[in-house]
Amino acid sequence: MSELTKLTISAARDALRKGEVTSAQLTEACLTAIDGADALNAFVHKTPEIAMAQAKAADARGYADAAALSGIPLGIKDLFCTKGVPSQAASNILKGFKPEYESTVTSQLFDAGAVMLGKLNMDEFAMGSSNETSCYGDAVNPWKVDDRKLTPGGSSGGSAAAVAADLCLGATGTDTGGSIRQPAAFTGITGIKPTYGRVSRWGIVAFASSLDQAGPMTKDVRDSAIMLQAMSGHDPKDSTSADIPVPDFEAALTGDIRGKTIGIPKEYRLDGTPAEIEKLWNDGAAMLRDAGAKVVDISLPHAKYALPAYYVIAPAEASSNLARFDGVRFGHRAKLAAGDGITEMYEKTRAEGFGHEVQRRVMVGTYVLSAGFYDAYYNRARRVRALIKRDFDQAFAAGVDAILTPATPSAAFGLGDMTEADPIQMYLNDVFTVTVNLAGLPGVAVPTGMDAQGLPLGLQLIGRPWEEGDLLNIAYSLEQSAQFVAKPAKWW
Amino acid sequence: MSIDEGTARRVAKLARIKVEEEALPALAAEFSAILGFIEQLNEVDVDGIEPMTSVTPQRLKRREDVVTDGSQQAAVLANAPDAREGFFAVPKVVE
Repeated sequence: MSELTKLTISAARDALRKGEVTSAQLTEACLTAIDGADALNAFVHKTPEIAMAQAKAADARGYADAAALSGIPLGIKDLFCTKGVPSQAASNILKGFKPEYESTVTSQLFDAGAVMLGKLNMDEFAMGSSNETSCYGDAVNPWKVDDRKLTPGGSSGGSAAAVAADLCLGATGTDTGGSIRQPAAFTGITGIKPTYGRVSRWGIVAFASSLDQAGPMTKDVRDSAIMLQAMSGHDPKDSTSADIPVPDFEAALTGDIRGKTIGIPKEYRLDGTPAEIEKLWNDGAAMLRDAGAKVVDISLPHAKYALPAYYVIAPAEASSNLARFDGVRFGHRAKLAAGDGITEMYEKTRAEGFGHEVQRRVMVGTYVLSAGFYDAYYNRARRVRALIKRDFDQAFAAGVDAILTPATPSAAFGLGDMTEADPIQMYLNDVFTVTVNLAGLPGVAVPTGMDAQGLPLGLQLIGRPWEEGDLLNIAYSLEQSAQFVAKPAKWW
Repeated sequence: MSIDEGTARRVAKLARIKVEEEALPALAAEFSAILGFIEQLNEVDVDGIEPMTSVTPQRLKRREDVVTDGSQQAAVLANAPDAREGFFAVPKVVE
């Protein structure tokens, strides 16, 4: 039975259509795997009753003309509101919150026939790069090379761990500064953050609204294309979702990239980048060249300012978005002392409900938006953001189809290794990914190699706006050349 | 820029997060480190560059000004920590 959970979405789809397996069998196999993987702390709210009901319904409908994800068991990041199922954004301030509504993304996935196995661990409010800020405790990377437990990355750490450990066939993630791509790279899986506006944000707990996008985290590129297709499209409930057609992403996967131009940005060659990351990057460029692409050096001169701009804009938007957690309408309310008024209620509730990193970011955001500093910090960061986007616009205008970079500056590190470091050390994890959110572009992480310890490493491809199909096709070519097939040995 | 304890106290108040007095020095030091990192932005020449308002040039869609939802009092109140007689209940706001 455990072999069933190792299937890709496309292989399971074929097996369901041929009648070789039922969704009930697939789903039961995943539920068994999940129950045996508590050591990974990936699934934090299990929904076996919902899963089996959805699986049986899919089987009853049959697979002759079935929707794209019919009968496919998935995990859902805890950031997505799911009706009647705890949706906490991994925060104590939303303890007990059971939405009365369903997010647009999960609605679309269910309409496409998908089965929900449960909710997945993450960093609190998606703020973190190691899944160590979660109110549920750390999610653990299924990859292991010694006695240490490693981070699966963050913020979508539970999603990454669950897919890499074959607990589900695919999972949803969200990405504000790298939260799909960094954990995908740390666990040897594929994840794409689509163009800003491709996927509706409605019903996803907001972190930084101008940067947040949801996307799939899957075992290969084809599965990302299939899942992204089902997640995408205009939603009247999200005014920033684009009202443009969604092309057939899977049909774009020809593997033919002859004549494509791939840019290598020189500013991404950072001092102190490990030699094996450099080699991975050079090898990836060679693979694309061998597949018929033209590889050219490009310049993104403002790239080095992306992280500081992000750490103004994202906290500023977070401080505004998280103002809604006030102990009045949902979630936690602190116990009050005699004589406490409404201000004490807010202050005690938010002090108890928010973890340390969330408090820090809300307060940094409050500071950069406060009178006297708004122009010096927030407006300046938005100007720099415009320049960062202009760098990409100019590269694409010069004929570049996609940009190749490392996904992360290192392989997965140990849980607890960064506890004593200052927050900026953790923020540096996003150095290669954060530009993509600031420019609103699609970016995909693909596993292409291993480091000397035997941990997976990934490369990132950045595409033109709305060209996820072309981007996924280039990623598909890279995947075929790299032939990354390693899996973590089961220890949990 | 270095953030002092008074500024940290003021920011915590603005953010409506209770921070104990003894935690303020460490918080101020963290803010100083983060703001020091952000200071790099001062190196960038942003003359003549407008602050970005939307990453994708777009005009927000409008819809008909009609009622599309409502009459869901029970659902709206279902997750409230304290709801009474069809309302959210909070501590006394005015004396």
